[in-house]
Amino acid sequence: MDGLQLADIEKSFGGTRAVSGVSFNVSPGEIVALLGPSGCGKSTILAIIAGLERPDRGQITWNGEDLEGMPTHKRNFGLMFQDFALFPHMNVSDNIAFGLRMEGVQGGEIQRRVQQALALVGLPGIEQRDVNTLSGGEQQRVALARSLAPQPRLLMLDEPLGSLDRTLRERLIIELGDILHKTRQTAVYVTHDQEEAFTLADRVVLMNAGQVMQVDTPQAIYHHPASPFVAQFLGLGNLLDGEAQIIDGKPGVRTAIGWLPAAVRPHEKVALLLRPDAVQLAETVKHNTDGYWYLEGELLSYTFRGTTYRAIIDVQGIPLTFEFPSSSDLPGIGGTVRIGFDPQEAVQVFPAP
Amino acid sequence: MKQSRHIFRTTALWIVPLAFLVLFYFYPMLRILSISLGRGEGGLIAPFAEALTSPAQRGIIWFTIWQAVLSTLLTLLFGLPGAYLLARYQFRGNGVVMALTGIPFVMPTLVVAAAFNALIGPRGWVNLALMEWLDLSQPPVEFINSLSAILLAHIFYNTTIVLRMVGDFWSHIDPRLSQASRVLGANNWQTLRQITLPLLMPAIASAALLIFIFDFTSFGVILVLGGPRFVTLEVEIYNQTISLFNLPLAASLSIIQLACTLAFTVFYTRLSIRLSRPLSLRPQRYTQKRLTSWRSRIMAGVILTLLVGLETVPLVALAARSFTTQDQGRSQASLSTQRLTLANYQELTINRRNSLFYVPPTQAIINSLAYASATVVLALSLGLPVAWTLARDRDSVLSRVMDPILMLPLGTSAVTLGLGFIVALNHPPVDLRASPVLVPLAHTLVAFPFVVRSLVPAIRSIRPRLRQAAAVLGAAESQVLLQVDLPLVGRAMLVAAVFAFTISLGEFGATALIARPDRPTIPIMIYRFISQPGALNYGQALALSTILMVTTSAGMLAIERFRIAEVGEF
Repeated sequence: MDGLQLADIEKSFGGTRAVSGVSFNVSPGEIVALLGPSGCGKSTILAIIAGLERPDRGQITWNGEDLEGMPTHKRNFGLMFQDFALFPHMNVSDNIAFGLRMEGVQGGEIQRRVQQALALVGLPGIEQRDVNTLSGGEQQRVALARSLAPQPRLLMLDEPLGSLDRTLRERLIIELGDILHKTRQTAVYVTHDQEEAFTLADRVVLMNAGQVMQVDTPQAIYHHPASPFVAQFLGLGNLLDGEAQIIDGKPGVRTAIGWLPAAVRPHEKVALLLRPDAVQLAETVKHNTDGYWYLEGELLSYTFRGTTYRAIIDVQGIPLTFEFPSSSDLPGIGGTVRIGFDPQEAVQVFPAP
Repeated sequence: MKQSRHIFRTTALWIVPLAFLVLFYFYPMLRILSISLGRGEGGLIAPFAEALTSPAQRGIIWFTIWQAVLSTLLTLLFGLPGAYLLARYQFRGNGVVMALTGIPFVMPTLVVAAAFNALIGPRGWVNLALMEWLDLSQPPVEFINSLSAILLAHIFYNTTIVLRMVGDFWSHIDPRLSQASRVLGANNWQTLRQITLPLLMPAIASAALLIFIFDFTSFGVILVLGGPRFVTLEVEIYNQTISLFNLPLAASLSIIQLACTLAFTVFYTRLSIRLSRPLSLRPQRYTQKRLTSWRSRIMAGVILTLLVGLETVPLVALAARSFTTQDQGRSQASLSTQRLTLANYQELTINRRNSLFYVPPTQAIINSLAYASATVVLALSLGLPVAWTLARDRDSVLSRVMDPILMLPLGTSAVTLGLGFIVALNHPPVDLRASPVLVPLAHTLVAFPFVVRSLVPAIRSIRPRLRQAAAVLGAAESQVLLQVDLPLVGRAMLVAAVFAFTISLGEFGATALIARPDRPTIPIMIYRFISQPGALNYGQALALSTILMVTTSAGMLAIERFRIAEVGEF
């Protein structure tokens, strides 16, 4: 199997388990995002891949070769740190040349490749600058250039945009994607921000509490979350406890807001997800739409978010969150809202946790 | 207007400390040096010419320099692994390790000499054991009066400087810098040489300078452990003053020693400006990890054994020796005849020879504690305003001039300083003849650089934001001082206080010249016992050394309890 493969990785620090049972693979040329809340073990996985930490259990292979016991500096992997970790006692050029010198690349060639790397990240001609005088965005690019210059077979990026402000982040994420795709760089990208992960990654490994929750394409993860946790992490927060109940021969789930049709086994206890993004105001539902389901509630609050309104609606005592296009005609707070949805799109059930 | 007020305030803060330095440092030093040089028959130049041209004196200067360089390098080599361990790993008892390794630093040279004697001297534990097991009639280890004894004692003394200064700095350096280097293909050795050491350089340079100055002006260690074969400038100054009474030569050697110290300090200041770079320091909780793998545990075990071994075994040997009988004849000395006894301590309270100068040990302890307390008060009240202005106006001309000058007492020969006190302060304008005040004054001079050095970083670490926040919340300047600054530097003041206290407890060179015979300190009493022959006196010296050791250790443990808060904590 080509590329990187992690099998059943486990690691504890002083009695607390940081990661366990982590398995996934990264194919050549693929960008995989490790996505999860902070403290979920993402950075530990990077440290283990880089060889900075040894796993307690499990196997890491590259192109089928076991990496066990191979020291960090022989792996030819790149790692870009969250605060960039630029060497403060070296200028830009020396920072970028560091990996090349370690490889034994010679003088003129080093200079050429430093220039090449700086051109790639869009900062030509700053070789002699002191790294301590660079702006946040420049530091980020120099760090990227330093990681790319030795042409690592795998590049890892640990929250590389975490310390930058939002506008800069949005611009750099796109540039970063361009650079990685242009060089067909195999990469693992660690982030807690789903937008970054979805923008950049071919596949996403979603983690929580040291375990892998789901591995799939961004689209598949968003539309078919594998568990209530994944749904919640993606901001799909309407989760209701329920029990399977067959009415008129149709399978469905009885919840606090009433019975909703869903594919379940009899008597199963489930968690039901009502997707906030798959409903619409009842008056906008076309008349001839079959199988639509309707709910009514009181508008508790709403926030304007540019392209959408995010509204909280009290449905039979349960506050639920929904998104409507910002062109929608919402009543005032306290007004009654009727929503309609196709249960096949909007309702998803998980076995009760 | 504002500018002139600021200058006025800065000057006001400097006046008292400056007056103190002028009166009790520069004036006595100038007096003794001018008197000494005035006595020479060949004028002012002749003694300098002698000091710099005679092969004997040049040999002494050369030896002083190279033994100091060698001692400094060895101390760094010995201390850096320990600094690494304490900086990068979090383990139980690291506070205890810091405290234990700090104890030697404040031990008087006489105690250290006695301790090494008790361990590997002709009648020390090692030789006793070897003689017994191998059935030898002569002690097999000849350690005293050798260069190795000097080097080992210097390492013993100064390792804690490396642990504290380099270790503390190291513990705040982001470990991701060296991780980045390893990911980029550098092995551990390349990472150490190209990343870690260059980043540590400012701290290493500071530690090396301090260690070098201590070794360069080394006196007691050379005198007691080196024997007559090894002579440093300080020892030669002592010899020329006390034994040969060649004051002109002694004075010129004193000046040469001072000039060297000043030159090193200026060189260091230049260097430290070039070496320092903006580093984002990180709190220890991000930089330290636990000892999890067996490899790291073995490494820690080896380093700690060597470190704690060298730093405590001699002192333990000393304490153990003070509780055993001292044999009269060499032939009877053996392990099996050693008995546990309190005789050495009991003997301290008996005036066997009906000596006029007999002082019960409790009185010496009380004297020492009183002098030390006075030193603390003096050193802190003088050091605080100085540290304040140095920290605030780091770039002002006054600060840049005063910074190296404040270090001068460290490089000054204690013998010269003591003599200076005697000749300068015994007649108007300042008549303190035989006054007990002289001792804490001299101790304050020696403690002053330490006090300033411990306070400046703490004051600098108070972010201006905090002051601005307090001001915005309505605090007047005096309230800001009382409510924000003082609580934040409180711990550093405590550390400085304990430094001053322990330095005063252990000071010997100057005290020997200026203390009144009826008011000896503990080190003076130890010296009295040590310089008299006989096992009984040796035993009492050991007992008193042990008492001094316990007193200073208690002070060091107090330092550890109140160690300055981490960078980034405020």
